Amino acid sequence: MTALPTTTQKKLGLVIDLDTCVGCHACVTACKGWNTQNYGAPLSDQDPYGAASGTFLNRIHSFQSQPEPVNDVPQLAQTTHFPKSCLHCEDAPCVTVCPTGASYKRAEDGIVLVNEDACMGCGLCAWACPYGAREVDQVAGVMKKCTLCVDRIYNENIEEEERVPACVRTCPAGARHFGDLADPDSDVSRLVAERGGMDLMPEQGTKPVNQYLPPRPRDTIQAPMAGEEDILAPFLAPVAEEPAGFMGWLDRALEKL
Amino acid sequence: MNPAPSVIIFSTLSGAGFGLLFFLGLGLPTVTGFIAFGFYLIAYLLAVGGLLASVFHLKNKKNAWKSYSQWRTSWLSREGWFAVSALLLMAIYAGLQVFLDTTVATIGFLGAALSLCTVFSTGMIYAQLKTIPRWNQPATPAFFVTASLAGGALLSNNPTLANILLILLGIVVGFHWWKGDSRFAEAGSTIGTATQLSGKVSLWEKPHTGENYLTHEMVYQVARKHAVKLRIIAIVLMTVVPVLLVLIFGAHHLPVLLAVVSHLIGLFAQRWLFFAEAEHVVGLYYGAHTAKQAT
Ligand code: SF4
Ligand code: SF4
Ligand code: SF4
Repeated sequence: MTALPTTTQKKLGLVIDLDTCVGCHACVTACKGWNTQNYGAPLSDQDPYGAASGTFLNRIHSFQSQPEPVNDVPQLAQTTHFPKSCLHCEDAPCVTVCPTGASYKRAEDGIVLVNEDACMGCGLCAWACPYGAREVDQVAGVMKKCTLCVDRIYNENIEEEERVPACVRTCPAGARHFGDLADPDSDVSRLVAERGGMDLMPEQGTKPVNQYLPPRPRDTIQAPMAGEEDILAPFLAPVAEEPAGFMGWLDRALEKL
Repeated sequence: MNPAPSVIIFSTLSGAGFGLLFFLGLGLPTVTGFIAFGFYLIAYLLAVGGLLASVFHLKNKKNAWKSYSQWRTSWLSREGWFAVSALLLMAIYAGLQVFLDTTVATIGFLGAALSLCTVFSTGMIYAQLKTIPRWNQPATPAFFVTASLAGGALLSNNPTLANILLILLGIVVGFHWWKGDSRFAEAGSTIGTATQLSGKVSLWEKPHTGENYLTHEMVYQVARKHAVKLRIIAIVLMTVVPVLLVLIFGAHHLPVLLAVVSHLIGLFAQRWLFFAEAEHVVGLYYGAHTAKQAT
């Protein structure tokens, strides 16, 4: 049934740190690799050695932002790399619109999944998702989305430290964290509390489980410039007005004559 | 949203077909024998033809039958149920009229109600999507139902009703356009709420250099000047021309046929715009629609 569970025992999800993400796309590659070689239809590429195309469950956008001045002091502009995969929403609109029952949210851990054997590829769930987290695979014709690597996190056949999502395991910057957001004492919940985790598009009412940690403000070693300064002036100023050394002695000697 | 021809054809033709079934079910007109056969043939060709077109839109057609399972939550599933029960019930009603010269009004009324419910569900599939603010308004199911009724009244040769409904359709569609233009700002999603970054935010780099399923399907933008032209074409062909034809010539076959053709072409244009103008909030992650967001 594509009715949503009223509560889930756990809320497994990701916490993504926009402060540390360096935009390297390693998680994109790891995600595509794991999810092409394991559960379900592979993530196809239409033209693998040509123009970029194909199915991805995780994509990195990059934004530039100019923060508002604080106390009339202009702030530095920032670049933020922005990974985006399914947020495993509590009120997932993608699930309730599904006519076939292929889309569902698990009552035990809150993971939102697609049963590919039941999906008819109508695409309505992708329309219902505000975040662009679902894509119909062009070859298989079924809906693909982030599984929170459900086939890793409970997988007893792999080493214990491997039992986290592929994207989390691979991230060289430690910008992706995995855990139970329903447990207030979990590492991820503490991180969210400490750093002020944010919901994306809260006005859409989806109640995302995944949280984003805001980038910290840029360091300012000196007051940012207003644009009027002459940055060469300090280098062009005469180093000493009075001659020193031999010239200084000569100068003084001649003076005395 | 990308205006897919299969979906536009489906919603336009099947809407008119179910509209015709509605009037036949109400006994406006009550027909029997050969004439009834002609009417029902047109109605079923339109309704079923339209439904088949929508199946072409599916990427995995073999699972289409499973879409009957989720009627409790999904409007798409409900649409399927209403459509099949309307078509079956009206087939019994039609069979009795065509072959036995008998009209069982109760079956007809029920069939008419189910036909209308089908079209309403089609409208709700779009209207329920909060992600597409232009569609997420009561005028969406309202114009689907009015269009179906207007087309049905034309096809069933009810000139007065047709004119009233055509004019009503023009008003509802006009309201939908007007309201639709401010829905994105009203919904309140901006590149700021999407990214939660502070200050003035803009896209710096897309995730990939090429297009993807999302940009192809949902980040479709239509030039404003084309939209205005198409709106005029739509309203003229959909409402003005048919109304004038019916007013001048009354219920004669050829002018009514012309009126139907003009009405349907106008509706195609309206449906094309319905998709092409619809802004999906995911576009904000791709740097689109920022001119339309709330400030
Ligand atoms: S992010 Fe999109 S696909 Fe994932 S649960 Fe939320 S609405 Fe559904
Ligand atoms: S594409 Fe598949 S999972 Fe999505 S709504 Fe349609 S049937 Fe359900
Ligand atoms: S959790 Fe797994 S499926 Fe989801 S984005 Fe990460 S690697 Fe991809």
